[in-house]
Order: sequence, then C-alpha cells, then structure tokens
Amino acid sequence: MKIVLQNLTKIFPSRNKKSGEEVVAVNDFTFEIPDGKLIGLLGPSGCGKSTTLYMISGLQKPTSGKIFFGDDDVTQLSTEKRGIGLVFQNYALYPHMTVLQNILFPLQNLTGADKMPKEKMIERAHGAARLVQIEELLDRKPSELSGGQQQRVAIARALVKMPRVLLLDEPLSNLDARLRLQTREEIRRIQKETGITTVFVTHDQEEAMSISDMIVVMKLGVVQQIGKPQEVYDNPANLFVAKFLGTPPINVFSGRIEAEKLYIGDDCVMDVPGAEAQEVTVGIRPEGFVLSENGPLKCHISNIEVMGRDMSVVSTHPASLNASVRSIIDADHMPGLQQETVRYAIKPHKIFVFAKETEERIRFEVK
Amino acid sequence: MVNEKHQWKAWIYLAPALALLLVFTVWPIINTFRMSLLEGYSGLKAAAGESFQLGFGNFEKVVKYRRFLACLKNTVLLCIWTVPISTLLALLIAVALNSIKPLQKALQTIFFLPYVTNSIAIGMVFAAMFNIVGSFYGTENEIVVTAGIINNIIEFFGGERVNWINYGSTYTANMAVMIVYIVWNALPFKILILLGGLQAINKQYYEAAKVDSTPRWRVFTRITVPLVSPMLAYVIITGFIGGFKEYTSIVGIFGETMGPPNDAGRLNTMVGFIYDSLSNNSQGRASAAALILFAIILVVTLINLWVSKKRVHY
Amino acid sequence: MANEMNVMQVRKYRAQLARQGAGKVLFYVGVYAFLILMALIVLFPFYWMLISSVKSLDEYRLSVPTFWPRVILLKNYVTAFSTAKLGRLFMNTMIVGLVSTLLSLVITILTAFAFARLEFKGKELLFAALLATMMIPGELFTITNYGTITTFGWKNTYTVLIVPFLVSVFYIYLLRQSFLQIPNELYLAAKVDGTKDLKYLWKVMVPLSLPTLISITILKMMGAWNSYIWPRLVANDDAHRLITNGLRSAFTDTTGDVNYPVQMAAVALVSLPLFLVFVFLRKYIMTGVSRSGIKG
Repeated sequence: MKIVLQNLTKIFPSRNKKSGEEVVAVNDFTFEIPDGKLIGLLGPSGCGKSTTLYMISGLQKPTSGKIFFGDDDVTQLSTEKRGIGLVFQNYALYPHMTVLQNILFPLQNLTGADKMPKEKMIERAHGAARLVQIEELLDRKPSELSGGQQQRVAIARALVKMPRVLLLDEPLSNLDARLRLQTREEIRRIQKETGITTVFVTHDQEEAMSISDMIVVMKLGVVQQIGKPQEVYDNPANLFVAKFLGTPPINVFSGRIEAEKLYIGDDCVMDVPGAEAQEVTVGIRPEGFVLSENGPLKCHISNIEVMGRDMSVVSTHPASLNASVRSIIDADHMPGLQQETVRYAIKPHKIFVFAKETEERIRFEVK
Repeated sequence: MVNEKHQWKAWIYLAPALALLLVFTVWPIINTFRMSLLEGYSGLKAAAGESFQLGFGNFEKVVKYRRFLACLKNTVLLCIWTVPISTLLALLIAVALNSIKPLQKALQTIFFLPYVTNSIAIGMVFAAMFNIVGSFYGTENEIVVTAGIINNIIEFFGGERVNWINYGSTYTANMAVMIVYIVWNALPFKILILLGGLQAINKQYYEAAKVDSTPRWRVFTRITVPLVSPMLAYVIITGFIGGFKEYTSIVGIFGETMGPPNDAGRLNTMVGFIYDSLSNNSQGRASAAALILFAIILVVTLINLWVSKKRVHY
Repeated sequence: MANEMNVMQVRKYRAQLARQGAGKVLFYVGVYAFLILMALIVLFPFYWMLISSVKSLDEYRLSVPTFWPRVILLKNYVTAFSTAKLGRLFMNTMIVGLVSTLLSLVITILTAFAFARLEFKGKELLFAALLATMMIPGELFTITNYGTITTFGWKNTYTVLIVPFLVSVFYIYLLRQSFLQIPNELYLAAKVDGTKDLKYLWKVMVPLSLPTLISITILKMMGAWNSYIWPRLVANDDAHRLITNGLRSAFTDTTGDVNYPVQMAAVALVSLPLFLVFVFLRKYIMTGVSRSGIKG
C-alpha cells in the first residue's frame, strides 16, 4: 500500500504561553511512498522526522495537509482504525505479559470479520516469532530478554496483525554497535519477506543509507532531499545534506568561482564551465582525493592513520572550514607520503559546490 | 572509617530516640507477652501483691468470650465490605481522573478533602444525616420530627425510611451506615496512591495499545490494572490493616456506647474490646486480645503478600 | 466509474469518522458524569454540616428539609464555642501539637542523621528492628504504656500527651530516605573543611530536606488534632482535654433529639483549622501522605 503525504504540516503551540512562539515541527511535507518499499526518515534531532512518523500513525494529528493510505484519506482517522504496526523506540513491550502474550495482544483486539479462533491466533503468533527468530523465547517476560531480543519481539508484535503499514521509530538506537548491524539487516530481510510498506525514523545516516530503498533527509521541519540513498549521497541538493551523509564526513572549504574556475584558497582546483563568479562553499568527499604530484590542492600533513586496507590522511589547508582535511586513500600509497606537504587531484564527481549564502548546490558540467 | 570515636558519637545522636523507644515500645512488647501469659493478670491485683499462674488462660478466655467473638465478627465484616468497595471505587475514580485534563486538579482536591478531617467530627455529621429526630420507638405513637437527610432523599425517590442508627435500629442498618462512612473516609488515600501509580505508567503502553486497536475496557483490564497492581496491592494491604484497627469511626457515629441506645457495644471492634478490658483493669485479657489482633493482622498481611506475589505482575 | 468509487470511499470514511467522534464524546460525558457525581457525594457531608450549622433548631427539625437556610444564624457558633469550651480545647491542642512536633522533629533529625550518615556497629540490624516495630498495632503498646505513665504519675498532664509519641519510626524512616539522597560527597567535603557534624546537619542536610520536614510537621500536627483514644484514656480532665475528645464528650448524644445546628457548628469549628492547613499546604500533605499510608 502506498502512502501519500500531501502538504503535511504540524505546528506545536509554544510551551511558553507568554512568548507565543509556535514551533513548526513539520513544514509542508509532500511525498508519495511507493508500495512495498522501505523508507528512511533521516535528520538530526528536532528535524520533525518523528513527528512525521507519529502523524502517519495517527497518534498525532496534522495541523494541515492530508495523509492517504492507498486511496483512503486517513487524515482524521484515529490510530486504532488505521491498521498500522508501530515499533516504539524503547519497544513498549507490556512488562506483565510474556512474549507470546505480547505478540497475541493485537490479534485479540480484532473484532467482527477479522476475529479469529484461538488456535489460529497462536499459529499466527508463532509465525511472526519465527520470522524474527525468537520462537524459543515465547514464554519469557520482557525483562528477561536482551535489548536485541526485545526489539525482535516488538517487531513481531507489530507484524502479527499483518498491518498495511509498518512504522519504526529509531528502531536501533537502544542497541549496541554489533547488534545494530545485525538487526538492521534483519529488518531489511523481514521487510523484503513481508513486502509491507515500511517507514522508519533514524538520526543515524549510515543506518538509513544501508537498508532504505529511499531516504528523506529533513532539517528543522523542512524536507531537504528525497531519493535513493546512493543518489542522495552522490548528488546532494545542498550543503546540509552533503554534510549530514557520509562517514567520515565531507570536507568543507571556503572557495570562490572566478572566470569559470573554482578556487579553494589560492589553489585553482578545476574548471567549472557555466558557473557564475561568486563566493562558494566547497565540499569534497574523503574518498574524492587522489594523490598526485602535480595535483592542484596542496595540504600540510598532520597525521596518517592506517586502517588496514585504507589509510586516512589528516592534513590542514588554510581554506578548510573544518579543523582538518581528511582523505581516504589506498594504503599502498603509504611510501609516497614522506614529505610534509601532500598534493591532491580531485575526482570531479566527488566535489560539490554550494552557494555561500543559500548553501544550495551550484551545478556545472563535468568534463 | 569506623573508629571508636565515631561509634561513641553515633550513640549520642541515637540516645533520645532509643531511650524513649526502650520505655514506650520495647518494654511494652515484652510486657504484653508477660501479662498475656499470666492467668487473669490485673494491674490492680498485681499492685496489691497478688501473684498469677503461668498459662494460656487469658487467650482461652478471650477466644471463648462471646463479646470478643462479636467484636471479631464486626471487625471482619467491616473489613470484607469496606476494603473491596473502597478499592474498586477508588480505582474507578483514579482511572477516570487520569483520563481527563480539564478539572482534573480541582476534582483531585475535592476527592482528597475527606482525608483532612477528623473522623470523630465528621462521624458526627454522618450521624446527623442518618439520624431521625423525634421519638422512634417502633410503636404506633411515634412522633417523627425530621427523618434525616438520607431518609428524606430515600423518600424522595419513593423508598421507605429506614431506622439507621436510632433506638431499635437493626444490626444490618447500623453496619450499612458504618460501611458508607468508612468507605467515604478511606477513598482519598486510595485515590491518591492509585492516581500516583497511574500517572507513573509509561504513556507509550497506551499508544502501543491504541496502535493495536485495543478497546477501552481491554486496555483497562489487560494493561492499566496489571501495571497499577503494585499500588493496588499496597492499598489493599494497608486497607486491611486499617480495617482491623477500626474503632474511632464507630465512636464518631455512635458515640462511646458503640451501638444504638438499646444495644450498647453492638458494633464494638477488636480495638474497642482491648480498651474495654484495659478500663476494667484486666490487662492480661487486653494483652491476649492485642496479641491475637497482631497475629490476625500479620496473617492477613502475609496472605495478601502471597496473593499479590502471584498476582502482581513484575 | 472511478468517480463513483471515490464517492463511496468518502461516504465510508465519513461514517467512520462520525462513529469515532460520537464514541469519544459519549465516553467523556460518561467519565465526567461519574466523577462529578462522586465529587458531590464526597462533598455532601461538608455541605450539610455547613448549612445545618447556621439553621435555627426549628428549621433543622422541619420534616421537609431546606437546602439553603432561611435565616443564617451565626449565634450557633457562639453557643457551640461556649458549650464545648472550645477555647480551652483549642489551646490545649495547640500546646500539645506544637511542643510535640518540635521535640519530635529534633529527635527524628538526630536519629535519621545517625542512620543515614554515621557509622556504628549493628546499624543495619538496629534499623531493621525499628522498622519491624511498625508492623505492631499501637494498641499493643497502649496497654503497658497506660500502666507506665500511671506509675510515673503523669496522668492528666501535658507530658503524657507528648512524650510517649515523640519517636515515630515512620518519620525516622522517611527522613533517613531523604537524607540518603543527599550525596555523601557533600558530607566528606564538609569534613575536609573541618565542619562539625552538628553544624553540617543543621546547615546542609536540614535545609535540603525541608520538604520532608514540612510533611512530617503537618502530619504530626494533624495527628495531635485527630488523636482521640490515648488522650481520652490518660488526660480526660478539663485542664488537659484535647479537641477531638472534648468535642465528643461535649456532645455525647448522637441519636435522638439533639441540638444538631449547634453540634454541627462545633464540628465546623473543629474542622476549620485542618481545612485551612490543607488549602495552603496541599502539596506537602499530599506528597507526605502518598509516602506514608498511615492516617495522621
């Protein structure tokens, strides 16, 4: 089932009544989530991603705009009638019920034609448990489970009633690093197997990039960019998106365009045909640097970190807006780095130029 | 850290409390056992130099004493009526209060009001409300002046007036009045505790239930009640302990006669029995009764704890 | 065709919405009706006390009751005050309440401090033993204490109303918990600065535990105001009688032909101070009570 968000806006009245300032949590969000896809809502805290999720769930009502499930307008429909599954950040497993009782709970609420006999419910619950691989834990209480296991139970509980839409709120944030890796692949697998349209919220760009079919990057209630993860990474719409995606983060320099040439400090880095002369901000991905004796970008090496296959060269450049410039280079080039300075050539598709004021991307033809 | 000097200092801080406790708590505990085991012990007789035989005579006498059994019956009856009624009502009120926003604070304050009253004083108000002014001797020439507001209300709804607490009233009517009064008195504490428990429940459980389209009554029985069950257990246990020590609320309504004028002592309780024995200078009997009361409270509390361990979730 | 589908869809949607709205409204109407009814039941005795207290005896005795007094007769209050000798009772209760609260606070603070911060042999055991005494019904102590105070010759004195109840294990427990929440580093820092224990207790721990101390004070005062059994037993003379006992013995008759307006006026006078305390210190009472479970 596709989900359509139409001019979705959520305004919270100000907490401080005197100042009367409202908080625009989500501003004019329009997007069609295709059927059966996994969508990641991504952004720093306070960007409105959770509010968007809660509006899709119906736990919060939009100030204006509409939400459609398929062709049904569900904007004013209350949560319990929407037929969604929701996995909460801290799982919200009922502490007094066993795992099986937790998973059975949504089924026992079904009424009318959906009502099913007890054996069928248990069969369905076992099915959901099998899907998330927790069959051997069914008789335990949530307090007897690890974080990862609780997470699986929460997913099973959300899936057991075969929801039209599955929503996950920061599903991995309470897990340790190793479990996080494992669980995100699990979520991907389960979503593929069930084919349920899934929306999940995260502040972790790596997490979103790794499993989403599409990501939505948000900032202060405004959608910055929507696209396939790799597309967004390779083609960020503005400086915020470029900075938010990627580890290590993108290197940012102040620069200028003069006579269709791009300068970083005094170094003329490349030709930018068709671009107007102006002050700009330049972003270069760490993997966009190539060691080159005659390379245009000259940096002072401060440190080299070798991490097996790759090495990370930490250097400084007078025009850099970060404390240091970090490049990731094949470790085979190590012997070439004896001197104090290093010269880089730049891969043209790894460099992005943004207008200094608006921080919007300036596009140019790459030869 | 622990050196001699510290030790010495700590005991100085403790001295006043320990001295008082020794005289007014520790010695009474020992002495109660002693007196209860001396047959027919009486303070007066002891002062006169009489000696007493060791034995369980006091307990035996108390248990066989008809008035004690009546007191026990009254106490138990009051407990098993008032604890469930007040707990259930308090739970309903607390849940209702927890589900509203406007007026919540104001209503919460109103429901707490009975707590800050004197149970003797307000007992007198209840008595006035139930009392029939005038002669009401169950004869033909009764002259009723006013039947009391409760009877007025009953008659307004087409019922018949009841002789609640006056001369010739029935035991059932007396008990009904006591139950109403004790429940009214017990509500505020229970509401306060239960509402506190309800407000501590993570809202996300309710959101999760909503996502799963859980009907309201099922949210109540399957989520709210289990999650508030530790508070429920607490309220029930303290309710039973308080119930077994019921005394002043009866004095409030019936006065020190502990019953309607024609049957003084009809509504006497365990605590009342202990004080009566004390005023008769039968300290042996009073001690035995006090120990029996203690044992009953202990057993009831243990049963409650045992049940709640099986029932109270997590 | 598509249009027709859409119309049906909209109809279905509207019906669902209407049901959803109606259910909600009905639920809240029910909840409020229940709460307001219960609130009225809770308030009714107070209302009845107040209006009865200003009625004339003749009006009170009407066979059809009036819900608002025809004539407001404040004279009842004067009569009540003198009949029950309320002045003396108020004074006695205030003396006993204030002195016992003050002494009790001192003892409770010292004891709680020892249990919370000082080290001595057998601390845990002693504290557990104290807590265990909370299980025992007070009546069990009364039997012996009655004899003890008679031996001491304390009958019909203020002392007998104050001293036997100065130590409350529950208050010690409450204050110890509150003391324990003050980080131990503060105590150690004070030690480093050469602060004496007693000064630290007075300057740091007492101010930081003020809410608990206020709760204890209120509960203790309420206790003095409401105590009945022990005062009646040991100090039932005119000079030392406390308010509750005095009220009860001034109006011994509860049934039959009683001058209720005057009696209700007396009850209102006795209830008033507690109400005022409640109005101004509601927060402390409610938090104190929610941690206690003991009345008064």
